[in-house]
Amino acid sequence: MAHFDLVVHNVSWQDEVYDILVKDGRIVELAQAGSSTQASRTLDGEGLVVLPSLIDAHVHLREPGQEYKEDIASGLTAAAHGGFGQVMAMANTSPVNDNASVTRFMLDKGAQAFPYGPWVRPVGALTMGLLGQELAPAGELAQAGCVAISNDGLPVTSTELFRRGMEYAADFGLKVIDHCEDPWLGHGGVMNEGAISSRLGLKGIPTVSETIQVARDILLAAYLDLPVHLAHISCRESVELIAQAKEKGVPVTAETCPHYLLWDETWVVEYNTSVRVNPPLRTRDDVLALRQAVRTGVIDILVTDHAPHAAHEKNVTFAAAPNGISGLDTALALTCELVRAGELDFMDIARLWAWNTADIFSLPTCKMGTGDPADFILVDPDLAWIATADALKSKGKNTPCLGQELSGRVMTHVLGGRVILSHQDFS
Amino acid sequence: MHWRHKDLLEISQLTPEEITHVFTTAARFVEVNQRPVKKVPVLKGKSVVLFFSEPSTRTKTSFDIAGKRLSADTFSLAKSGSALQKGESLNDTALTLEAMSPDAIVIRHEHSGAARFLAERLQCSIINAGDGWHAHPTQALLDGFTLYQIWGSFTGKTICILGDIAHSRVARSDVELLTMLGAKVRVCAPRTLLPPAVLTWPVEVFNDVSQGCKDVDAIICLRLQLERQQAGLLPDLREYAAIWGLAPRHVAQAACDVKIMHPGPINRGLEIASELADSHASLILDQVNAGVAVRMTLLHLYLTRSRVLA
Repeated sequence: MAHFDLVVHNVSWQDEVYDILVKDGRIVELAQAGSSTQASRTLDGEGLVVLPSLIDAHVHLREPGQEYKEDIASGLTAAAHGGFGQVMAMANTSPVNDNASVTRFMLDKGAQAFPYGPWVRPVGALTMGLLGQELAPAGELAQAGCVAISNDGLPVTSTELFRRGMEYAADFGLKVIDHCEDPWLGHGGVMNEGAISSRLGLKGIPTVSETIQVARDILLAAYLDLPVHLAHISCRESVELIAQAKEKGVPVTAETCPHYLLWDETWVVEYNTSVRVNPPLRTRDDVLALRQAVRTGVIDILVTDHAPHAAHEKNVTFAAAPNGISGLDTALALTCELVRAGELDFMDIARLWAWNTADIFSLPTCKMGTGDPADFILVDPDLAWIATADALKSKGKNTPCLGQELSGRVMTHVLGGRVILSHQDFS
Repeated sequence: MHWRHKDLLEISQLTPEEITHVFTTAARFVEVNQRPVKKVPVLKGKSVVLFFSEPSTRTKTSFDIAGKRLSADTFSLAKSGSALQKGESLNDTALTLEAMSPDAIVIRHEHSGAARFLAERLQCSIINAGDGWHAHPTQALLDGFTLYQIWGSFTGKTICILGDIAHSRVARSDVELLTMLGAKVRVCAPRTLLPPAVLTWPVEVFNDVSQGCKDVDAIICLRLQLERQQAGLLPDLREYAAIWGLAPRHVAQAACDVKIMHPGPINRGLEIASELADSHASLILDQVNAGVAVRMTLLHLYLTRSRVLA
């Protein structure tokens, strides 16, 4: 009888129950449940759902430079608990990740904290210092280990420079991720422009400030026949443009975040700074459009846009608060909420949080096939837990979930066949 | 009436009955303000902090006089010369103030929601004296009281608010209060100075001053902040004065006994023709006078709220 490194018994996959057999860091097979096997470690997956280890294509890990908000070790701890085996760390660190030294620093810090993963996948800056003046060395960044490039947070205003960035990055197989925001429309805005901003006396950010840049990027991608990935899409009009572009075969991909699928601008009514985020939470109609877009594939992937901040930074007036929601700890539970609501199923989670992400950015993932890397999570989708400050592993407690009950928890996280985290008993 | 509120943050917290109660109480304080000795001992031993992080003359002085006439001790704190200028957060300033055990803090702040921010954190009463573009409830109450003294009732009355609606906390609070009391409210401004979702407000919108003023019973003219022109919302001030400034030709369209109001300070010749500000129709100084009585009322209600009031 074959001897395996790890066997997970009786776990649910695509509505069937299987045993997962793992050896040498890879899936040997998903065998019929109840198979008689010998293994160094076995886990009982009864009542649990197996999913590929999640990939988050959009996080801010704050290190180097703002370790008081988050550091790579704390960010990866949150990732491990949240079900993420790979996180793509944006370049807006201090110094900016626009050279190989910073990229290698981030990779080293990650490997020191978690030698067996989760893995940091750095995203290099599109322009030096994110200043939008000159291109950053995409070749050097790619060689050092960056998996994409982006000016996230400080969108490039020069369409010419953005075009050249797309072209130059393509030579190294790097996709450009664009944070779509017109630099003038809604400048200084703090929430969605509309009825609520008008009532609260807060400066608004109109949806068109996003959509106009989505249109620019789609037109460039079509003209150059080069790919572009659109970050954190927040509104119906953007979804409509992306759908049209995909119909025409334009190489565009897009992401949105759980907060845009669950919450709308009414969450701001009491000047709640934990939902100050850019792009801002939009209307109920936008929420519904985004839900449909992730179901139908118009939006390819989900990301957290994990943006941790220190508590005192959010304990200010709404206008003075920084943008961002801490997301790694809660993303899976929030996605399970969408499953319970009938908006998504578990295969959608696999697709939106792992497989499509791996396809877009050429990353490894586990499709549960023979020979796939044994990167998976065992999830209890209905296990309730309270998102206390202690339960949230990120340093950033800036989420409206703080103190709330959530349902859906990672019970075990396996990367490369190795159990990196488990709340279960082994035998 | 038993006053159930700890804080005054915005008009929508109040019921029409409560607003009417403020008016009838203020009328009694108007009488006090006409006495040779204007001081009454009702708030003796109470302390009120006037925390104004934005420049203000009339609102701050009005609260100061109101507090002193009720025998409360008032303390002023301005942004310049305070720890806020040294980078102290609003939260820390608030906690520091509370540690000195005031009975109320009157706050003026440049950020919308600042008064609520204090109210959520502090035990003492918070009176919003203007937060960002959001609300200026005591101004709305004094505007309403000024008209109430003349009209007695708002039924069948139409009021036009003219000027920079988008950035005006006075407009937001006036709209809430006047509509709640049964008046019809119009707003009139160039589109660049209207809030983006003004059509969701309970108002009629006009983009022409003559039409906006037609047959109205009162016109509330708003101050134009000069930085709106620099922000690209207006071509120039000369054009604003010529097209959007309240002029006699507009007032001629209104009801014959129309009242003209302005929260001040006025830019003569810009948003309002100088002669209108000084005309018999003008209530601008009556507003200031009403302001003291209304703020006496509010300090009295909020600082004695545990007691059942007559």
